[in-house]
Amino acid sequence: MYRILKKRILNPTVTLMDVEAPQVARKALPGQFIILRVDEEGERIPLTVAGTNAETGAVTIIFQTVGATTYLLSLKNEGEYIQDFAGPLGEPTKLDGLKKVCIVGGGVGCAIAWPIAKALKEKGCEVVSITGFRSKDIVILEDEFKACSDRLIMMTDDGSYGRQGNVTVPLKEMLENGETFDEIITIGPVIMMKFVTLTAKPFGVPVTVSMNPIMIDGTGMCGGCRLTLNVDGKRVTKFACVDGPDFNGYEVDFDEAMSRGRMYAEFEKHAYESACRLFTNA
Amino acid sequence: MALNPHKHPMPVQDPALRAHNFNEVALGYTPEIAFEEAARCLNCKNAPCVQGCPVNIDIPGFISKLKQRDVEGAYKVISASSSLPAVCGRVCPQETQCESKCTMGIKFEPVGIGRLERFAADTHNANPKGETKKPVPNGHRVAVVGSGPSSLTCAGDLAKRGFAVTVFEALHTAGGVLVYGIPEFRLPKRIVASEVEGLKALGVDIQTNVIIGKTLTVDELFEEGYEAVYIGSGAGLPNFMNIPGEALKGVYSANEFLTRSNLMKAYRDEPVTPIMKGGRVAVVGGGNVAMDAARTALRLGAEKVYIVYRRSMQELPARREEVEHAEEEGIDFRLLNNPVEILGYTNPENPRDPRNGCVTGMRCIRMELGEPDAKGRRRPVPVPGSEFTLDVDTVVIAIGTSPNPLIKNTTRGLSVNDHGGIIIDENAMTTREKVYAGGDAVTGAATVISAMGAGKKAAASIEKALLGQ
Repeated sequence: MYRILKKRILNPTVTLMDVEAPQVARKALPGQFIILRVDEEGERIPLTVAGTNAETGAVTIIFQTVGATTYLLSLKNEGEYIQDFAGPLGEPTKLDGLKKVCIVGGGVGCAIAWPIAKALKEKGCEVVSITGFRSKDIVILEDEFKACSDRLIMMTDDGSYGRQGNVTVPLKEMLENGETFDEIITIGPVIMMKFVTLTAKPFGVPVTVSMNPIMIDGTGMCGGCRLTLNVDGKRVTKFACVDGPDFNGYEVDFDEAMSRGRMYAEFEKHAYESACRLFTNA
Repeated sequence: MALNPHKHPMPVQDPALRAHNFNEVALGYTPEIAFEEAARCLNCKNAPCVQGCPVNIDIPGFISKLKQRDVEGAYKVISASSSLPAVCGRVCPQETQCESKCTMGIKFEPVGIGRLERFAADTHNANPKGETKKPVPNGHRVAVVGSGPSSLTCAGDLAKRGFAVTVFEALHTAGGVLVYGIPEFRLPKRIVASEVEGLKALGVDIQTNVIIGKTLTVDELFEEGYEAVYIGSGAGLPNFMNIPGEALKGVYSANEFLTRSNLMKAYRDEPVTPIMKGGRVAVVGGGNVAMDAARTALRLGAEKVYIVYRRSMQELPARREEVEHAEEEGIDFRLLNNPVEILGYTNPENPRDPRNGCVTGMRCIRMELGEPDAKGRRRPVPVPGSEFTLDVDTVVIAIGTSPNPLIKNTTRGLSVNDHGGIIIDENAMTTREKVYAGGDAVTGAATVISAMGAGKKAAASIEKALLGQ
């Protein structure tokens, strides 16, 4: 059992939690993830590590309530326990040798982008961050991004905060103005990562994307998290849990990943609704 | 009394009934049947059956006890060699091991050794056990990676000899393939849980949610004071066929399909982990895992389940009893067929149609058997122009796995072969001193009992290395 040390509501659907898991806290690096089960009957879900504190043994997770499991997790309070919490899994994001990076985060993906931006800043890298949200009321981690970015460009779809438009708009402007980056690291909805990659392509800037497909064990056993890369004209199957979650954006078959991501959409909707009903009735 | 030429049949659940439930198929011998079956054993002096057993159980010894109606005595004889008797009695391919060597089998049917083993173990487990006597500690610590059959065997053998053993399991439940892979109807989870409890009673410490190679490395295990490490991390990433359509919605690896159903209990009416239920299912492959997946699909409510295998029944590697059970339950065996493409749905009008990307069928080609290959198995060759489409909406690929890559990627000095299997010497030691390995992590997908044999051998080597005997 793993104790919840801290809980902070970041916006109506996004929650931050510090979970006591000293073995994970000692090891986890930006880009890696954990697998948790809320209770003994729960499903296993992967969540990216948003931060660690080796002294307190805390691992920070930030999650959006999107389905039954994240809903149940969001109901847990400080001092309560999570059944299982295993990690760190996946390969850390490669940060060495980067001098100037553009971080592009979308929605709750910003929670994963933030520790990477922070780590890069600490390594002396110049960090330009672009964050994108639907509207002002769901903006998260603004102060955190400001603290670790040389420049922060905030976008909202409806223009209620920062600039109006999606994240590719300022990215394209910068690239067209001749600004160069060693790498673009993008984390968010698959469709956003696809368009960030397409935007960067004419300029030849390397793009790293962080994939978060459906997973079960997370340790290289079930193969559920597979995705297809196009490598030198050949289609290659890779597994996000052990080969990723970071991949070269130019190689990923995003359309396939999006389709696979919707495999259980109906089931999830139903499960979420019944979980909500269960708790609102009780 | 004349010798009964036939093995006593195993009482089973009615096929029509069991095809729709997850209860155990084989019900086990009653004491009367067991004692009569035991009477068929000739108690051969040279005991060829023992040579056929990867863990060398004293088979005539335990059957003799059964002849005397001393079931607990029989159990003791078995458990001297095997840490998991109730498991082996259920999942071992006895027809290619102990029973294949049985003298009775030369003229008649061999003795039902596996069934008797199960009877002894189940009878023992059904009775309340006294306090397990913990062995006297010998002061040495060993870490065991994984908690599948090879690891549990290694841990059990070492614990019995006084070693302080810690088992590290990556998942949330101990048992490895016995809990995520083998379905409830073939190996009830309570059996595995009870074997694991037995090890705990011996003093084995089981830590779940620890991924060796990630949470802790092998180096750190040594730093923490473990003097030897056994790696039984098991089967890893599933193999795919590399044909078009394998990423469509409705295509599973057998590992994923079975893990969803078994470990995550997706077979229940209101599961929290989803799985595709019902419809028409093709399972590709001919091993035990393929049989398990096909029969699981049936029990999940599929209206039609095919086994698609590229060779013939003769080459089909699954345990014979499972094949017979599958046939009785109505699994349709499409032998000498090989998939060439999985077909998917596309709505040209609506890119947001949720059915887009779902499986609609599988293109197959008929095969015929050609010349024998290096292993002596006749190689299947496609028959030109014989393609046809199988009307299915779920495809489960059960064509094997490659060893888990996590440990080899994170452990210095560990050599692996071309298939990713950890290389070991005749003492089960890897290329790194005091690090041993066995089971699927070494061999690639194999049987529970061969994994147990490997765990047993490693335990003996570790004992020798640490105690210098």
